[in-house]
Amino acid sequence: MFDAPTIGSTVELQDSKITASGVHVFYGDTHAIKDVNVNIAAKTVTAFIGPSGCGKSTFLRCLNRMNDTIDTCRVEGNIHLDGEDIYDRRVDPVQLRAKVGMVFQKPNPFPKSIYDNVAYGARIHGLARNKSELDAIVEKALRRAALWGEVKDRLGAPGTGLSGGQQQRLCIARAVATEPEVLLMDEPCSALDPIATAQVEELIDDLRTRFSVVIVTHSMQQAARVSQKTAFFHLGHLVEFGDTPTIFTNPSDERTESYITGRIG
Amino acid sequence: MSDAKLLTPKTSIHTQSPRTKRRNAAETRFKVFGMIAISIGLLMLVALMGTILSKGIGAFQQSFITMEVELLEAKLDKKGNRNLSDIKKVTTFGYTPLIKNAFAKAVKDQGIETDLKTKDMAKMLSKSAAAQLRNVVIDNPQKIGQTIKFRFLANSRIDGYLKGRVSRESIANDKNVSVAQLDFADQLLKAGVLKKTFNIDFIIGADASDQRPEAAGIGVAMMGSLFMMLVVLGLSLPIGVAASIYLEEFAPKNWITDVIEVNISNLAAVPSIVFGILGLAVFINYMHLPQSAPLVGGLVLTLMTLPTIIISTRASLKSVPPSIRDAALGVGASKMQSVFHHVLPLAAPGILTGTIIGLGQALGETAPLLLIGMIGFIASNMPTTIGEGLLSPNSAMPAQIYEWAKRADPAFYERAWGGIIILLVFLVSMNTLAVILRRRFERRW
Repeated sequence: MFDAPTIGSTVELQDSKITASGVHVFYGDTHAIKDVNVNIAAKTVTAFIGPSGCGKSTFLRCLNRMNDTIDTCRVEGNIHLDGEDIYDRRVDPVQLRAKVGMVFQKPNPFPKSIYDNVAYGARIHGLARNKSELDAIVEKALRRAALWGEVKDRLGAPGTGLSGGQQQRLCIARAVATEPEVLLMDEPCSALDPIATAQVEELIDDLRTRFSVVIVTHSMQQAARVSQKTAFFHLGHLVEFGDTPTIFTNPSDERTESYITGRIG
Repeated sequence: MSDAKLLTPKTSIHTQSPRTKRRNAAETRFKVFGMIAISIGLLMLVALMGTILSKGIGAFQQSFITMEVELLEAKLDKKGNRNLSDIKKVTTFGYTPLIKNAFAKAVKDQGIETDLKTKDMAKMLSKSAAAQLRNVVIDNPQKIGQTIKFRFLANSRIDGYLKGRVSRESIANDKNVSVAQLDFADQLLKAGVLKKTFNIDFIIGADASDQRPEAAGIGVAMMGSLFMMLVVLGLSLPIGVAASIYLEEFAPKNWITDVIEVNISNLAAVPSIVFGILGLAVFINYMHLPQSAPLVGGLVLTLMTLPTIIISTRASLKSVPPSIRDAALGVGASKMQSVFHHVLPLAAPGILTGTIIGLGQALGETAPLLLIGMIGFIASNMPTTIGEGLLSPNSAMPAQIYEWAKRADPAFYERAWGGIIILLVFLVSMNTLAVILRRRFERRW
């Protein structure tokens, strides 16, 4: 089955940040992703939607090679970041992940202070030459994550002591502190209450001015609210990819329509 | 409808059905068995602790006889020139008359009436008394001619009499002590010359020969144990942790690592004497390391402790949530950075606990020490340097306890129990430390 993207992606091919073509992913004998072609545009929020187990998270983790940590996982096909193959032999996944940051489903701050959580990436990548530069990086990242006001007086407090929504924003701050070019978010709001979700969504919209954001979400409302582009995955296939309004109001594929109207999923 | 009625007759929830009764009875039975088991265990523990304490506490007290000894110049330095080499020529036999004189003086001063000869009085002292006197004189020749107060150990029979181990009936066939001496001991006790007091030498002193159980202490063996533990800690912690990190985080999962894993688990169950004979063959016979040295003991115990440390370290590495690894990798940390910056600190309490428990095991181990010669009356002096502590022959606490327990004199038996108390104090404090460390670090996530 080839449900390749049609209109949306080809038009903006010139300013696409990540180009994936013919991507297959296998977990041992399981064929998890089947021939996915997708272009992630720069400074855009792209949402991946689809029922559980459809492979959207797996595909997301291919984009910064987080799947490398799983022994049985095998990726085929081409994924290019700015025209460079990220599965090339010469690519060090560590360098790639500095460019393609990630925020996870469950808030996972390090069991360290708020400051150290945000400063960690900058420290290991050597982004700051001295303490005041590092302070500036931390403040900037926390401001971008809309967390600065809440934590500026207790940067030494443990990150794990924050509330769920604050923790997730801390994780976002941690991810943006290293100035990535693409930010991958794997269901960032699934563990959050509606207020925290709204805060994170607002944040995602702000981040769009600087990064490409790819967000995996179970909530179609969320996809509709935050994204400009939406990809619908089903059973390992990319069924449909296009502008978010189009996908939600005028889907070209029957399965997309069934899903967004709640008949499958 | 009638069928259904037959299958489920109307019941009240206020009465127990036979089936519920059976289930509840089974549960009650199980609870009772559990409580019985726990009570038996606790009783045994109380009995054990009670026995150890009642039998061993005596070792911490010792009977001393305090007397004023006149250091006669005529006996100790006939030439009167205080020449050390001349003074040294006088053996301990030369000092015995001084002790007899001191006894006679004490008897006169205290107004004790006794028929006992001074020769038999002197025998009530430890055989180390003359040597103790001589050492003082050799160290301070200027004191010759003066009268100095000395505190001598009473011999083990008199000590046993004060502790209730020896009675007039029990010494019927004992040539080392007479009823007359015990009577005299009573008189001395009344006069305050003979006293039973706390004996620090048991904790810090050295083992003594078969003839002088009253002088034996566990201190030097404790140093032997300490140096062994330093070797064990210094080798098994870094090697064990590094091996676990590699196996758990970096090694590919294939049949080779599976075989290694199985073998490590099996090694933890290998009898310790096997490690002892391995140590004998490899470290002493092949590598020619010194016999009876705490260094070799430490190496053998390291081999024994490694599996314990590796298993507990791997378990605690496994228990670190994968989300932490993901988080570190997600911000672009390398595998090694994610392990050393995030996984290892979180696993630290588990690693520490495992290490301390492994050390505790090693501290209490006797069997491998038998084979590398760390048993018997070995060292009579404290090591003065670290090198000496590692390389000069020594024993270890459990080996010392074993050594005392197999000697004939019941006075040594008491010391064996006393040694067990000290060993247990060490083990309990190490385990407490392990618990405290775990509590301390566990709060972090």
